[in-house]
Amino acid sequence: MISTHDISGPYAHQKTSIRRTMALVMVALLPATLFNLWVFGWPAINLLVLTLAASLATEAGCLALAGKRLPLFLGDGSVVLTGWLLAMSLPPWAPWWIAVLGGVVSVALGKHVFGGLGQNVFNPAMVGRVALLISFPLPMTMYVAPRPLFGAGSPGFVEGLSITFGGWDYDALSAASTLGHVKTELARGVALDQAMGGTDLMALAMGTVPGSMGETSAVLLLLGGLFLIARRVISWHIPVSMLGALFALATLMHWVDPARFPGGLYHLVTGAAVLGAFFIATDLVTSPVTPPGQLVYGAGIGILTYVIRTWAGFPEGIAFAVLLMNAMTPLIDRWVRPRVYGRTLRGEPLPPRRKA
Amino acid sequence: MKLFRIRGGIHPEYRKEMTAGKAIEPLPMPALLHLPLQQHIGAPAVPVVAAGDRVRKGQLLARARGEISAPVHASTSGRVVDILPFAAPHPSGLPQPTILLEPDGLDEWTDLPPPLDPFAAPREEIARRVAECGVVGMGGGTFPSAVKLDLGRKFPIDVLVINGAECEPYLTCDDRLMRERTAEVVDGVRIMARALGVERIVIAIEKNKPEALAAMTAESAAFAEIAVVPLPTRYPMGSERHLVTALTGRETPARKLTADIGVVVHNIATARAVHHAVRLGRPLISRVVTVSGRAVREQKNLDVPLGTLVSQLIEFCGGLAEPPVHYLSGGPMMGQAMPGREVPVVKGTSGILALTAAEAHERDTMPCIRCGGCVTACPCGLVPVEMAQMIRHEKLDAAARIGLLDCLNCGSCAYVCPAHIPLVQYFNYGKGRLAALQRDRRKQEMTKRLAEQRAERVERLDRERKAKLAAAKKAAAEKQEGGA
Ligand code: SF4
Ligand code: SF4
Repeated sequence: MISTHDISGPYAHQKTSIRRTMALVMVALLPATLFNLWVFGWPAINLLVLTLAASLATEAGCLALAGKRLPLFLGDGSVVLTGWLLAMSLPPWAPWWIAVLGGVVSVALGKHVFGGLGQNVFNPAMVGRVALLISFPLPMTMYVAPRPLFGAGSPGFVEGLSITFGGWDYDALSAASTLGHVKTELARGVALDQAMGGTDLMALAMGTVPGSMGETSAVLLLLGGLFLIARRVISWHIPVSMLGALFALATLMHWVDPARFPGGLYHLVTGAAVLGAFFIATDLVTSPVTPPGQLVYGAGIGILTYVIRTWAGFPEGIAFAVLLMNAMTPLIDRWVRPRVYGRTLRGEPLPPRRKA
Repeated sequence: MKLFRIRGGIHPEYRKEMTAGKAIEPLPMPALLHLPLQQHIGAPAVPVVAAGDRVRKGQLLARARGEISAPVHASTSGRVVDILPFAAPHPSGLPQPTILLEPDGLDEWTDLPPPLDPFAAPREEIARRVAECGVVGMGGGTFPSAVKLDLGRKFPIDVLVINGAECEPYLTCDDRLMRERTAEVVDGVRIMARALGVERIVIAIEKNKPEALAAMTAESAAFAEIAVVPLPTRYPMGSERHLVTALTGRETPARKLTADIGVVVHNIATARAVHHAVRLGRPLISRVVTVSGRAVREQKNLDVPLGTLVSQLIEFCGGLAEPPVHYLSGGPMMGQAMPGREVPVVKGTSGILALTAAEAHERDTMPCIRCGGCVTACPCGLVPVEMAQMIRHEKLDAAARIGLLDCLNCGSCAYVCPAHIPLVQYFNYGKGRLAALQRDRRKQEMTKRLAEQRAERVERLDRERKAKLAAAKKAAAEKQEGGA
């Protein structure tokens, strides 16, 4: 059938789709994820599977309730990514109900309450993580030291199931994440160099340390992030401005009082800085759409992250910082725009050219 | 030559290889020609022939009306059959007054005006000849060329830019003209520069046309005033304003013309038409058309008599290989869908495309995921996602405030959108509504003003009458007093 005036050009389109965009993000996440699954063993694998299953089930339920076309929307990949990122932000040995609750909260409250795909104001995975962190601070901060799969001390499949569904002995096995440890020590009045004693920035970067799944392994995450920039799924603006602001502020404070404030590099490789910069802050739906807006937004997250990490009650501040800046996104989009061709930054037509 | 940076743009699949290697072939004269009276921007032409008249090739059929208009000439010799409304190559398919000409097969020329020596004749003479020959912008803009050649008198023009970017996918007609009719094009360019009184000419060609670049560079070598400049291959490089910025660093202020910053832009095919008009006295009666798209069996570049029906072009190209989803006039980015195949080729028809579903790649529209792809792609620095949202909520003034009227309709935003949102469709709708609103507002104001004027007049008459009455009374009273 030939259709004419009900449509207008262009009559050619890039071979792109939401599904393809989401798939590329997953490809970028894959190396770091596999590495983390290997480092933390069967309980971590269970956690990822459960979080994904809960997210998908919630999505299907919400779509059905809203009367939307299930195959079209369920297949867009956005919910898989939400569940995946949520799992990456959980302690790897967290119990099953954390995974399920997190998935339900992220997808139902973080996304569908606002109207579904593209409508949510807040990053769904971070909504889930923060809700869990506030409601269940204990299991949300119980980390284990790495025990690579099939190695000594790594639980087998059955043991893994019993950890996920039956719980484990926190006192015997738990280990603090670096951010948490340094923070507690500092609060006790221990000097920084002592508090940081034994902190190996290289191990932090590689990821062989206790922490959430995606908090560790900055290097693999960085590679994934660079891949996303190369494939133009995200632009450099948010990661660079966020990490730049975090690094600059930390360096400045370290220079002011080296005994109390760790330096810039420490802040970049610990916690979820890299995951946050390339995969969470860059969430398309909840970040500004214009490049200058993204610079403002990224810098805001970097600064807030530093402030929360340093002076607030939580060791890691990225989730809070992202949510706070999510709330600012509509304002940023409203006030920060590119210059329009033929106009000044304020929107007035350019002055007429004087004859040279 | 150093180029200046312009923002945004896209790298669409060009698909020019289907026709880039195809030499221009003449299309045999069809049995009937359909010549619309309006093949240009401005007022439609007024017929000077009637049904039954015999005309010769190049004879005037309809004369221009007013400042901005263009005449229509006979594409060949024959008989005027009728003048009646006929479907135009426009999405609406609304019928337009059209002259039906039945060729007699003799292809006998009329007495053409004598050749003009452009470098001896007065400058205005050139523009007059170009107007007389019905030359319009052949890149698709169809603005009467003579008007643009006259801009030198109103504005201080110092550069003539010849747009050989041909940045629309599929189209290769300008490419072929530059390769096969190089001397005619370059001569036309020099004539236009003379008409404008400019000393500097830049012929800009995208790098994906190396043969055209080489041919044009060689041909222009003898003329110091001409610079042939290779452009990066990027859409919409051929947008007039952006081309000028890339070449000169000058940015056209919003709602102004490139002439305001001293530059006039003409198209390759137009330059050749100017050459024909001035050197040979020949009016614009045929043009080169790229017939392409995978739905066509054999893609070609054809030299087509104006008024030939699209169906005849497609038939000459071996017919259809598969049913197309669209027939387009022009390129896929800014071209227009045609209501079907029974519409004529006109002065602005640079391409006829029959696209398959796979080529068009149209998909279900999904919700916007605010990826910002459209913002990055927009060459004008607009925020398409936001404009579309405002238009969806009928906030037209708000959309205008953030630049709806600065949008070129280039389609870059819609091309890259992963949610397949028909952004340009929103913008067309929004612009149309804004124009209608403005008309309404003007009408209301007019009505109000008229009402006020009337009220004032009534009041004034009333006052005058009362004053007269009072005066008369007074006079009468005085008279009485005087009489007493
Ligand atoms: S490109 Fe499409 S999906 Fe992306 S922001 Fe623009 S309108 Fe939304
Ligand atoms: S169609 Fe308009 S809004 Fe879209 S990219 Fe082109 S100029 Fe920008």
